[in-house]
Amino acid sequence: MSTRRDFLKTGGALVIGFSLADSLSAQDRSGTATATATATVRGSIAGPPDARQIDTWLAIHADNTATVYIGFAELGQGASTALLQVAAEELDLDMSQLSSVRLDTNVTPNQGGTYSSAAIARGGPQIRTAASEARLALLQLASKNLNAPMDRLTVSRGVVSIIGTPGRTVTYGALVGDKPFSLPFSGSAPVKPVESYSIVGKSPVRKEVPDKVSGKYVYMQHVRLPGMLHGRVVRPRGQSAYGAGAKVLDIDETSIRAIAGVRVVRRGDFVGVVASNEWDAIRAAQQLKVTWNNTSTLPGTDGLHEKMRAAKTEDVVVRERGEIPGPFFGAAHVVTQKCLGPYQSHAPFGPNCAVADVTTDSALVICSTQDIYTLRTTLARILGMPATKIRVQYYEGSGTYGHSCHDDAAEAAAILSKEVGKPVRLQFMRWDELGWDNYGPAHVGEVRAAANAEGKIIAYEYQGWQHNWCTVETSDQLALGTAPAERPGAGAQGINPLTLASMYDIPNLKLVNHRVNGLEYLKGAWLRSPLDLSLSFASEQAIDHLAFLLKQDPYAFRQHNMTDTRWLGVLDAVAKTSKWTPRQAASNLSNAKVVTGRGIGMGTHLASYGAAVAEIEVNKETGRVVAKHMYGAIDAGLAVNPGNIENQISGQLVQTASRMFKEEVTFNNSNVTSLDWNGYRVLRFDECPEVTPIVVQRLNERSTGAGEEVMAGAAAAIANAFFDATGVRMAQFPFTPARVLAAIGRRA
Amino acid sequence: MLDTDLFLPDNPTLPEPRQQLGGMMAADLQIKVNDQNRSVSATPDTPLLYVLTNEMNLQGPRFGCGLGQCGSCSVLVNGVETRSCMTPVSNVAGKNITTLEGLPAWYAAQKKLPSAPALHPVQQAMIDEQAVQCGYCFNGMIIKASELLSKTPRPSETQIRSAMNGHLCRCGSYPRILKAVSRAAQAMNGGAK
Repeated sequence: MSTRRDFLKTGGALVIGFSLADSLSAQDRSGTATATATATVRGSIAGPPDARQIDTWLAIHADNTATVYIGFAELGQGASTALLQVAAEELDLDMSQLSSVRLDTNVTPNQGGTYSSAAIARGGPQIRTAASEARLALLQLASKNLNAPMDRLTVSRGVVSIIGTPGRTVTYGALVGDKPFSLPFSGSAPVKPVESYSIVGKSPVRKEVPDKVSGKYVYMQHVRLPGMLHGRVVRPRGQSAYGAGAKVLDIDETSIRAIAGVRVVRRGDFVGVVASNEWDAIRAAQQLKVTWNNTSTLPGTDGLHEKMRAAKTEDVVVRERGEIPGPFFGAAHVVTQKCLGPYQSHAPFGPNCAVADVTTDSALVICSTQDIYTLRTTLARILGMPATKIRVQYYEGSGTYGHSCHDDAAEAAAILSKEVGKPVRLQFMRWDELGWDNYGPAHVGEVRAAANAEGKIIAYEYQGWQHNWCTVETSDQLALGTAPAERPGAGAQGINPLTLASMYDIPNLKLVNHRVNGLEYLKGAWLRSPLDLSLSFASEQAIDHLAFLLKQDPYAFRQHNMTDTRWLGVLDAVAKTSKWTPRQAASNLSNAKVVTGRGIGMGTHLASYGAAVAEIEVNKETGRVVAKHMYGAIDAGLAVNPGNIENQISGQLVQTASRMFKEEVTFNNSNVTSLDWNGYRVLRFDECPEVTPIVVQRLNERSTGAGEEVMAGAAAAIANAFFDATGVRMAQFPFTPARVLAAIGRRA
Repeated sequence: MLDTDLFLPDNPTLPEPRQQLGGMMAADLQIKVNDQNRSVSATPDTPLLYVLTNEMNLQGPRFGCGLGQCGSCSVLVNGVETRSCMTPVSNVAGKNITTLEGLPAWYAAQKKLPSAPALHPVQQAMIDEQAVQCGYCFNGMIIKASELLSKTPRPSETQIRSAMNGHLCRCGSYPRILKAVSRAAQAMNGGAK
């Protein structure tokens, strides 16, 4: 039997004589005249397929299984499993009957990029709609087949039967059997009421996990094409200022004369090597002598924040209510808090990789992009061919947590393949990935907050400085001379009004975004929970300190200043689980060498709610800080797969500890210098905290993101725990031993 | 309490280009991978990783840093966890190389089982604990944990953390890996604590 999957594998044309639309009368459906060619040619023509057609989303196979075409990337977050749960629920299929396929611009729908925790938030409703439309069509067919009215039909595991007449059944597979629906959405398909969910809200195991532990899972780094060459880029070790790029002065090809079979590829300032043997390509890239026009325009790690704070900026008031600064004058308690946040790297543990096969009139680009359709548009410009001639396929790489170099790798592979006329596999080396990342931008934050004598927060003001996210990848910039640019305005890359005190009832509030010119700094892009760690670090320390000045317990103080039941829900959940006992922060200070502290913090990224508690240990002699136990609670509305969210919370807590204690991109006046795992340190097993994830299930609220929403609270909890342990407020992270010792020393 | 720096790889700088190796000729080398003898054609300095991935199409060992710092590329060489990205293929001629794919059979041979299980107990425990996120580092995690349990059947949590400390994970899956390794140890000891 030929299945859709086989068809996709072969890439051949699926020709089917008739469609289901033909077997439904005009009374059953309207609008069938717009039947699409989607299913009959899937894989052979450029997408995106029509999002209003059932075939775009779903195929029912003769063996009573189904393929769901999902437009979100599996990144290890379990999105593919959770979205199948949504489909299984609406279709009354078992999870074992469903599978999905990899993203492909010739196959899967365009659901936008897989970022901003959107897979379930945005993708869930889309898949639910598509599955419910398919179910309606299937029941219409079953009604005819069984000669029974639709309202008397019931479905279990894809077997349709008549209520009260158990003998007569028909399966989805028998009704459809690999034929296309050729039906547009009716717009009136009913969706299941939440009360009758039996699959959504449960935690079936992720489908891809067994292959990931056995070695059968095909990561991007494993993809090979026949006749393929191995490529490497040659760039200065570590990027300069984004605006400076890298300028080639001279290439000395005699420097790699001894390595046979290597070809140097140059386009503009883009330099690479290709060879049929991978080790030859690696050695050639290391040994090729290129003279670069070395620029010295960066401020260096030590001069970074000062330069940002003094920069000429484009200022936007992001949110304002009441009167600022009036209430600060004469308030019972006023606190100020700073944050100097570092550049941090996505640092995927497998550097990005892509395989491209570019011919004169077509291109296949296999990569780990998080947005196949947008990348296809960019590649069209770079390759000088229409987007419809380009096919982009997604393979999972290693955890990337935002916009690492995956699109840059795809562009580099495409450029190399075009230049040499053969398929090329481009693998970034460790120093390429860490040195040329689109880093999570550095931040300077200044907050002040005031409370009255009754313990109510009455005024809050936040000023934040950072640059925006890049829009031009390095390969594009170097090869075509495309002018580097950043996204305009403040937007999502500016300070986040949700993380900044939105949980508290504060009558007077002002948030100001100061945008600095990113071309003078490192390349930036979104890194998991963009800016939120820096924002909450400042904001939640200020709130915490008001509680301290009021001699109040920091949890009770927060409760006292909020009324939103969902914020209170996560706060109470994390406090209860961590067995929080009321006391004023820093009220147990000790002269011991190793002291402990606990802290609480809140924040989010987008629509969800997050709260965290951290218990830490500070060695006052060595300056070493270790998180011993971290608790994190997320309310993401309807949790489709709570087990996945628990895993996401655990990961976020550990990654936050890593980012608060270890991670910092370093650079001098000309180049980034943190190019390996000794230069760019991350948390290891020995300092990994115990973690307790808490999912606050809200069955009747829409699903929102859960991949990044507890990091802000966790960062703040760590900072507040440090104060509890030492009586000192940190103004900068990561908490390196040197910074910790300096902070404690200043106090002493 | 652990001392972090004891477990950091002693590899503070990037390797310098090795000009003198440029002219080395490819030669036929005999290596033994997952109990099979293989003849491979590679220059003697070629790191084992590239032979395993490109000539043998194995998907367990994978590129992570090329510097021996992260453990993505780990294999067992005569039962000892080894970074294949830094190990010249000529160094392992005549030795037993075991990759992730060969772990169940390696385990069966150690335990004198009549046949290889589908998965090594460590692999099964990683599934049971749903420890995996992106899973890219799990090759090294599983290889290292298997080595540990072959030598130390009942490790304490501190011993597990120490042994695993040279293996990095971006997703923060360490806590579940720790649980999975303990679970595997229990399973390998017949379920008894």
